[in-house]
Amino acid sequence: MSSSPAEMMIVAAARALSNDDVCFVGIGAPSAACNLARLTHAPDIVLIYESGTIGARPSVLPLSIGDGELCDTALTTVSVPEMFGYWLQGGRITVGFLGGAQIDRFANLNTTVIGDYNRPSVRLPGGGGAPEISAHCQRVFITMSMGRRAFVDPLPFMTSFGHGQGGNHRARLGLKTLGPTEVITDLCVLKPDPQTKELTVTSLHPGVTQEEVSAACGWKLQFAADVAETPPPTEEELAVLRQLEERTQRAHAAAG
Amino acid sequence: MAAFSKLSEAIAANVHDGDVVALEGFTHLIPYAAGHEIIRQKRRDLTLIRMTPDILYDQMIGMGTAGALKFSWGGNPGVGSLHRFRDAVENGWPRTLRLEEHSHAAMACAYQAGAANLPCGILRGYLGVDLPKVNTAIRQIECPFTGERLAAVPAIRPDVAIIHAQRADRAGNVFLEGIIGVQREAVLAAKRSVVTVEEVVDDFGSRSPNAVILPRWTVTSIAVAPRGAFPSYAHGYYKRDNTFHKAWDAHSRDRETFLSWMKQNVL
Repeated sequence: MSSSPAEMMIVAAARALSNDDVCFVGIGAPSAACNLARLTHAPDIVLIYESGTIGARPSVLPLSIGDGELCDTALTTVSVPEMFGYWLQGGRITVGFLGGAQIDRFANLNTTVIGDYNRPSVRLPGGGGAPEISAHCQRVFITMSMGRRAFVDPLPFMTSFGHGQGGNHRARLGLKTLGPTEVITDLCVLKPDPQTKELTVTSLHPGVTQEEVSAACGWKLQFAADVAETPPPTEEELAVLRQLEERTQRAHAAAG
Repeated sequence: MAAFSKLSEAIAANVHDGDVVALEGFTHLIPYAAGHEIIRQKRRDLTLIRMTPDILYDQMIGMGTAGALKFSWGGNPGVGSLHRFRDAVENGWPRTLRLEEHSHAAMACAYQAGAANLPCGILRGYLGVDLPKVNTAIRQIECPFTGERLAAVPAIRPDVAIIHAQRADRAGNVFLEGIIGVQREAVLAAKRSVVTVEEVVDDFGSRSPNAVILPRWTVTSIAVAPRGAFPSYAHGYYKRDNTFHKAWDAHSRDRETFLSWMKQNVL
């Protein structure tokens, strides 16, 4: 089976998760990746959605972070203040999985505005849970498609703090968590340089060239000394992902 | 003490022009019927509060109900932008909308502070990000014990909180379950509250001793509104209409299409 770039992205993102993770799940590509992980190599992963559902095991992907499917399959459901207070700020989450509209070279995210805040050319939804997810999870994975309008430097607005200006900026703010450790795109995987924290391409998806990745990025992109090739999706990964997406489409087409 | 009335009477009695109004519901139990009644009664210059303004607030903003919005995430979850919200912020249509923008963690804290009768909520939040530069309601305090710098936000104290719940009993106690969001905090933080319910029952019957119940003396008005959360959902009654959530994108993209949709379906 051959895979699309979007499928490669979800599969690569799913592989970043382990069976022991307690994961705070963003909607969209992160949710697909987290559930693919749960349905393949990480059956015991704990998925937490900000609506308060802890240990959700949805059989179809939710459209929103609060679909009934999440509550119906969760171990327990808590209130939103409890979710953000005890569970997220309380330090109980190992991985936060985020998407975003725009990202910069230090993995800071913008989901607030394009243009000036008071006179935006595009008003985006805003931060939601992301600023504190980025601060309080032990580490953060980000998944988003590459393109020059999405990978920009500087960001017009910093909604969620990744590595700030780089180096030890997180530590200087008193943040004890690792922040973004992996950015998984439809073309490649990037990781922050251990010292500078600038995002560096560490793995290219099959058939993707360094030139293509550079052309899809708004800043001069750094590559690791030994760039790997991402293993292509296995038959099982693709089959499970496609079944999940089929079930999801059928379920969302059926009205309440 | 909770009084039962028709929805139109509950809104007329409790929601006035210029009020600070929180219609809460975190994807689940969104009080659509009550919001639509506010639109029909042509309330103006409301300060709307909600963590996740989605289609209902898009409709209220597009119909000119709101003068200000306090929020933390304004979108159609899993679908995309709220076009009426965007039009108001980007172009001032149908009127300008003042924003007070927070993160979810801060809004949740501010509701809790309101319910607990404290002046502000405190959190370890907003570190390094830009929102405090554009929102003067986000400040810093120093912990008197450790010296740690923490974020503080003012408590949310709405004039009226409006929620939808599964059931009320005949005495006016309110029962809700499933994803409960910040509804309890919103009601306890507000001066007045309106609760719409799927049904009124003689008795809640067997339940967990920890069931979420708002006692009747915390609620101002109750109105029966079957399917009053639709196209959102009510756990145990009906499902979220995800097809409608996707279709809203087309209904709302254009001003004229939006207005004729509202005329046909809400007014």
